[in-house]
Amino acid sequence: MSGMRHEFRVTVGPVGFRIGSDWAGPLDAMRRLYSGYPAPGIPDFTVRLAAQRPWRRFIRPSVMIGGDFMLPDAAPMALAHGLLAAEMGMNLQMALGQRRHLLLHASAVERDGRALLMTGLSGAGKSTLSALLGERGWRFMGDEFALLDPESGLVHPFPRMVSLKNEAIGQFGGVVDPARLGPVMTGTPKGTIRHLRPPDDAIARMAEPAVPALLLFPRFGHDPAVREIGEAEIFVRLTQASTNYVALGETGFTALTRLIETVPCRALDYADTDTAVDMVETLWGELA
Amino acid sequence: MTGARLLTRALADPASVAALDADDWTTLLTMARAEQLIGSLAHRLDGIAMRDAAAAILGDARLSMDHARRQALWEAEMARRALADVDVPVVLLKGTAYVAAGLSAGIGRSIGDLDILVPRDALGVVEEALIERGGWEWVKEDDYDDAYYRDHMHELPPLIHKERDRMIDVHHTILPLTAKPTPDAAALLADSEPLESGLRVLSAPDMICHAACHLFADGDLAGGLRNLWDIDRLLRDFGDAPGFWDRLGECADRHQLSRAVARALRLAERLYGTPVDGDVAGRGRAGDALYIRRLLARDGWGRETRKGLRGAFYIRSHWLRMPPVMLGRHLWTKWRKN
Repeated sequence: MSGMRHEFRVTVGPVGFRIGSDWAGPLDAMRRLYSGYPAPGIPDFTVRLAAQRPWRRFIRPSVMIGGDFMLPDAAPMALAHGLLAAEMGMNLQMALGQRRHLLLHASAVERDGRALLMTGLSGAGKSTLSALLGERGWRFMGDEFALLDPESGLVHPFPRMVSLKNEAIGQFGGVVDPARLGPVMTGTPKGTIRHLRPPDDAIARMAEPAVPALLLFPRFGHDPAVREIGEAEIFVRLTQASTNYVALGETGFTALTRLIETVPCRALDYADTDTAVDMVETLWGELA
Repeated sequence: MTGARLLTRALADPASVAALDADDWTTLLTMARAEQLIGSLAHRLDGIAMRDAAAAILGDARLSMDHARRQALWEAEMARRALADVDVPVVLLKGTAYVAAGLSAGIGRSIGDLDILVPRDALGVVEEALIERGGWEWVKEDDYDDAYYRDHMHELPPLIHKERDRMIDVHHTILPLTAKPTPDAAALLADSEPLESGLRVLSAPDMICHAACHLFADGDLAGGLRNLWDIDRLLRDFGDAPGFWDRLGECADRHQLSRAVARALRLAERLYGTPVDGDVAGRGRAGDALYIRRLLARDGWGRETRKGLRGAFYIRSHWLRMPPVMLGRHLWTKWRKN
């Protein structure tokens, strides 16, 4: 049986992936950034990075993202962005295929076994904030997906590489070990992107879930403010932030309403990240 | 083991998975997903000892398909309500029919669109009721496609529900009007059987005839292993009923589908060990091996293989649907539009 030319396997939190590629490059980059992560024997999801046509492996190489779950009409990406393509392929499997957990498009950090969840629109700063908190005494759980177990109500980590975008990249340049940073990718569909490997303790403890204790909706670019939000509004926002809420049916509804009824929630506006970190610490002290 | 044999063997003989190692499992699960058979496989392997990771993936698939089943039945109920005042028989087809009738073919099956069959002279009122009262609307406004469907196809252009985002295909027969065989649509309706809800399903032999049409005439045999699995399960449900095989032979003959049904039976027997009646299945033909190769054309990464053979089947499927001059004109128009 024909395989793919190159293969890499990685377990992130409770989910195992295998990524097959027509090129070595993207997987070499993944191997470096994901060194020390476990590898699944039977992966939950398969991702394929394949040339659009056989000759496109060499001439103007472009990467088609495929896998167990695919979007029709997905546009190919430049091979220089192959690492990003692999990450997008993994995210796609999670977004379309994940059924074991209610998947929230949220970042998460943990302290004393209790989790802070942050969700919001793209550009709200949830990813950057979680990565910063991960460098400042919190356990980083994930910058993109929080996995809510419908049975236990616990949140499982999904500590994939942090995807730093545009201005956020500069905030980590002098702060973290350069070996933790991936290549700078310019001109991607999301602007400039650079991946950051999570702290070692985040990787070592990726199988440890936490009790959700505070839910924040951060919003970057506004005067500092904290507001309460009604439960119905939170519910609607979270259904929009979940890619598999509908697919889980009643299970998803029960898990989500339980989260909202038990976890305090605030909207948090901020203009700079240092202020935001202080505000988060204050809210955590008051509410969690 | 070549192509998707691993998958067909696991479905036909669940105990065979005891010998699989981790890589075999990865291949099996990937292929099952790609062929839309993961839910069927999950139910088939229920209670069989296996590695935890495989059990977890199949557990997810079971939940997923349970949800698909509930949604499919709900769509059928919505259609029933929208059509309650229209005094015509409404026959459920394919996956929704299997789950509504409680047939083995429905267990763990993925179900996409809702397919219904109604009398051709009632198409107008059915269409109107679905749009006016049911909340469905046209998927796309394209004059060529719209006219093509209405003039030559066996169904209306697809409708999608405004709120639930689910499609309904309204059929008036089971093959395009341009295809050579002309199934007896009136007989399909007349022989259909009522469910408790008032909706109907095709008679047992007609279900097999339709599944065979679906297998050969829709596209390039895409989803073929799933369609053939349907046929296997249906035949195991129906095969022991007195007189079933005689009636199947008669129905296939009446719908001009004897060759398609015979070949479907032979392929099911080859791939899934389906018990079939030799008189209806007929003797194996040289082409059968090509069909088997095409049906199994899948690799361990879930990719389609044998591009040339797939291409040949694609052209053949169109050949079955329309005469050559029309085919040329149709492909030319579609090519120019794209």
